[in-house]
Amino acid sequence: MTALAERPYGRAGGGSRRGPRSGSGFALLLPALVPVLVFSVGPLVYGILLAFTDARSGRNTETSFVGLENFAELLSDGDFWESFRIGMIWGLSVTVLQFLASLGLALLLNQDLRLRGVARVLAVVPWAMPPVVVGLMWRLVYHPDAGLLNGLFGSDVDWLHDFSLALPAVIVVGVWTGMPQTTVVLLAGLQNVPRELYEAVSVDGAGPWRRFWNVTLPQLRPVIVAITSLDFVWNINQFSLVYVLTQGGPGGRTRLPMLFAYEEAFRYGFFGYAATLGVAITIVVLVVLGLYLWRQAREGD
Amino acid sequence: MTRALKYLALLGYVVFLAFPLLWLLSTALKTPQEMAALDPTWIPRRPTLANFADAFAEQDLIGAGLRSLVVAVATALITVALALPAAYALARFRGVAGKIAIGWVLVSQVFPVVLIIIPLFMVLRRLELVNTLAGLTIVHVTFVMPFALWMLRGYVRAVPRELEEAAAVDGAGRLRALAAVVAPLLAPGVVATLLFSFISSWNEFMFALVILKDPEVETLPLTLVRFVGPEGVARLGPLAAASLLATVPSLVFFAIIQRRLRSGLMAGAVKG
Repeated sequence: MTALAERPYGRAGGGSRRGPRSGSGFALLLPALVPVLVFSVGPLVYGILLAFTDARSGRNTETSFVGLENFAELLSDGDFWESFRIGMIWGLSVTVLQFLASLGLALLLNQDLRLRGVARVLAVVPWAMPPVVVGLMWRLVYHPDAGLLNGLFGSDVDWLHDFSLALPAVIVVGVWTGMPQTTVVLLAGLQNVPRELYEAVSVDGAGPWRRFWNVTLPQLRPVIVAITSLDFVWNINQFSLVYVLTQGGPGGRTRLPMLFAYEEAFRYGFFGYAATLGVAITIVVLVVLGLYLWRQAREGD
Repeated sequence: MTRALKYLALLGYVVFLAFPLLWLLSTALKTPQEMAALDPTWIPRRPTLANFADAFAEQDLIGAGLRSLVVAVATALITVALALPAAYALARFRGVAGKIAIGWVLVSQVFPVVLIIIPLFMVLRRLELVNTLAGLTIVHVTFVMPFALWMLRGYVRAVPRELEEAAAVDGAGRLRALAAVVAPLLAPGVVATLLFSFISSWNEFMFALVILKDPEVETLPLTLVRFVGPEGVARLGPLAAASLLATVPSLVFFAIIQRRLRSGLMAGAVKG
């Protein structure tokens, strides 16, 4: 496919240099670069620069460069560390549970089972729902008086306001919402595993477990690494869902880093400090992803 | 035996995925009395549509829905208008600049949204666009742009370059070739990207929360959250009813593009 696309054609030059067409190429690249620069690079660079300033929300406040002062403050901020800890618990557990649940569902959907159609539709619905509605819906499920859970279990628990139950309760919702993308991607990956590989190990007399372990998992590996990385990034940056469910409560027990940053920026007006928090989370995400991808690459060899 | 286990597992998934949805539907149709009862009922004993009427009476759902519609339509049109030429260039002219640009689109996903919303908020404030739908639209375009670029680039790459060049060789000229050959092939992808952008904007909450301050300008997700306030059992019915209504447009559009979205994700992901 690549060879075909790159074959020098008529008067167009081969490779990346397009000869006489390169002029129009640049003219065309301009509209490509402008949206990327204006709508993506620009705000992000501005945001990162703000992390090194004392920008406040007031209209006439002066902003000055403060170097690494915000970072020093962040490192000694107990509230930040608590939020960071909760964010990591949330990010890692939702990503792992999401992956395991989605892998199981994808494996089932890839087989010839009867309920498959229904499950397939249901597996995609949460993807299309507004996060606000997902949050409100689960508040109805968890509601202490009119909710489903207390009625079912005969319990009298205020799930989302209980200090030890709030985070697990929110994690369940995170898994529920995030399953569709992961399932769809894993299912596509499963369908791309060449059948001959299964036939080959079947001839060797391998059972379903060995087939899964020796064929499916290694074949899926790149897809798994890609989707779990993306899920982790999405989860650690989650805001709307948890904001609607608990607003970070009770007592900050579900205050994910983005809720913390939102409060700092738009409740207390510390723009610079909130940006610092954003940069810090970016660094953490990059380190975690870097370690993960590096380990996967090494094991893959 | 194993087959029975598989069915059991699948059934477990169906229950887990479906029960919150069914509970939402059931709550929307219940009377306050039934909601307050100790034993939860799945099927309302006396189903009522009063909650829907109450929802419209309590909050300005129609106004909020219209504002959400305006923002979502504008976001979709502007995003695709800006992203389409860009995606074409990124797909066809693979110089260093293009590689860097598409690499950036991927990398930018790692940054948390606070790093985008704070600078945008400051810029919008200077432009006096805070608390306006125009301001929110600008933010939504920024938010949707990377994924729209990624999707559209995938669709452009799926159109064989040879087709286009053959038309150009026939003397059609590059632009004519684009219009006559590429555009029809690209149309379904463009529609998918439009609908995807629409859904993203329609569903979006955090930016709206930051940009819009007054009830007179707020979009649907903000209005929905207003139902929560002091949460009496009596308000849960209208809350559920409004939530259901707000989900309908996304669900319908998503059903249309679902398959295409999947292939778009894949097409964008395949290395050339």
